[in-house]
Amino acid sequence: MKKVYVKEDVCIGCGLCEVYCRLKHSKSKDLIKAYKKEIPRPLSRLRVDESGIVSLSVRCQHCDDAPCIRACLTGALSRDPSTSLVMVDEERCIGCGTCTLACPLGVPKLDTSQKKMVKCDLCQDEELPVCVANCPNEALLYAEVEEALA
Amino acid sequence: MVATKKTKYLIIGNSAGGIGAAEAIREVDKTGTITIVSDEPYPAYSRPLISEYLALPCPVEKMAYRQPDFYEKNKIKTLLGEKVIQVNPDKHTVKLESGTTLGWQKLLLATGGTPIFPEMEGNRLKGVFTFNKLDDAKAIDGFLNQHRGRLRAVVIGGGLIGVSVTEALLKRSVEVTVVEMKDRVLNTILDEEASVFEAQALVHAGTNIITGHTPEKINSYLLGEVCGVTLDDGCVLPCEMAVITIGVRPRLEVVSESGIKINRGIVVDRRMATSAPDIYACGDAAEAHDFVYGENRLTPVWPNAYEGGRAAGLNMAGKPTEYQGGTAMNALKYFGVYIASAGLVTPPDDSYETLINRYDGIYRKVIIKKGKLAGMVFAGDIEKSGIIYNLMKDGVNVRKFKEVLVADDFGLASLPESIWKDRLESSPPEGVPVVTSIEEPEELVIGD
Repeated sequence: MKKVYVKEDVCIGCGLCEVYCRLKHSKSKDLIKAYKKEIPRPLSRLRVDESGIVSLSVRCQHCDDAPCIRACLTGALSRDPSTSLVMVDEERCIGCGTCTLACPLGVPKLDTSQKKMVKCDLCQDEELPVCVANCPNEALLYAEVEEALA
Repeated sequence: MVATKKTKYLIIGNSAGGIGAAEAIREVDKTGTITIVSDEPYPAYSRPLISEYLALPCPVEKMAYRQPDFYEKNKIKTLLGEKVIQVNPDKHTVKLESGTTLGWQKLLLATGGTPIFPEMEGNRLKGVFTFNKLDDAKAIDGFLNQHRGRLRAVVIGGGLIGVSVTEALLKRSVEVTVVEMKDRVLNTILDEEASVFEAQALVHAGTNIITGHTPEKINSYLLGEVCGVTLDDGCVLPCEMAVITIGVRPRLEVVSESGIKINRGIVVDRRMATSAPDIYACGDAAEAHDFVYGENRLTPVWPNAYEGGRAAGLNMAGKPTEYQGGTAMNALKYFGVYIASAGLVTPPDDSYETLINRYDGIYRKVIIKKGKLAGMVFAGDIEKSGIIYNLMKDGVNVRKFKEVLVADDFGLASLPESIWKDRLESSPPEGVPVVTSIEEPEELVIGD
């Protein structure tokens, strides 16, 4: 399984990863419409946390030992056996936020208008996650996690 | 005597704890026989969804906690709709109501909780309900469908279950009055300020809330049907139905004469083992480690049931595992108000320090004792609440950076580098092929 790593020494918090993530999850695939017109408003699955000179582009790590799956009240969260990714079944998710409270990074995002949780799936239908592909500083790295190498 | 069938693992209870255990056992032991017995006739369903079920009756399959092939795939035998009436620790058997005796090598008591049902005049009338399981929701749904026209309900108890049934009843156009004994709703899981948010939302949605009173009796004038509730001050609330949601207590009947150590719940150690050999317990029935209090407590919430069940299952299958512990934790979204709370919500004495921030309709509070987090309440926006919850769970000393925890711009980057590096695993393993952006970035002309 691959994962997105952030190189914090070159991440400047420009937020383009968020912009492209939101665009990717829009219906229109048009930047202006995605930001200004689309209802429900498409949401970025990642966020950029900043403090002074530290900026971190934060998204689901698809943890081996995923606390969100175990905390999920409905069984909507599970690990996809073929990709090993932590996936949410939006049909069964009620957007209660228990996963957000259980996640050490607090990344499960609540789409309050749709009453669903939305999360990163590493852009399964793309060659590269769009955040990685569009990072101008090469601050996001897409690489295998150690376990998969062993 | 009926011939004793033997299973390697017997799990009593088919909800979060039982499923957590079964999944954990199968990670370690692929073939040992697992049997799950439950008096509920359904495959595991999400108990918190019963309010969604009542609000908008949907097929039971939609509430399934696991995929339809779950039991088959994991080679789990189920005895659904069968009730265990007695556990015999010495003989390693249980007795079912149907007369069968089952043998086991390892037993898990994941019996859950049962609603507290007060002795009160009128509590057996038609139109009096509890709200703990799917059959309760079905019974209320059936009652609503039989009655045309305006219906009024009195919900007795303003805790989580009371608020949850209230939301569902309002969606079914029932007029609801909530009667709470204490001075505010959700008083055990929320602090005063967050309680007020929730109460405002309830009132805004049309609920009538009465606090500081208890019902004395449920009245009837016709064929044993409910016509009202009389409160301790003599005030009568006319209604056609009453839902009793005072609280839940551990369901202990099956072990009451087994000699297994019980306090408020079944007492377990950090391996989730009870006082009897080869018998484990978890979930709402068990009193397990609470990492905030540093002692055993009842923490009847779904995620802890699963985690405790998982730890029990691993130990049952021979993989020594310590339960990290749980604490009260709840994420709520009733009436569109998002609140997350965990641990203590109000400091019990002045040895605790409380930090609060309010901005743009968002409320954040943390409670700290001796440098460590002991509680939290997030309201309005609960994103990132998990960062705080996990600092509390891991017992991280936050003394040096406590102010940032409630700051407007709080995030992972606000924490010391050692913590966020650990949480993010921020560099790929050495020697791994690394991919970055595909296209060359455009050349920037600066100062043209």
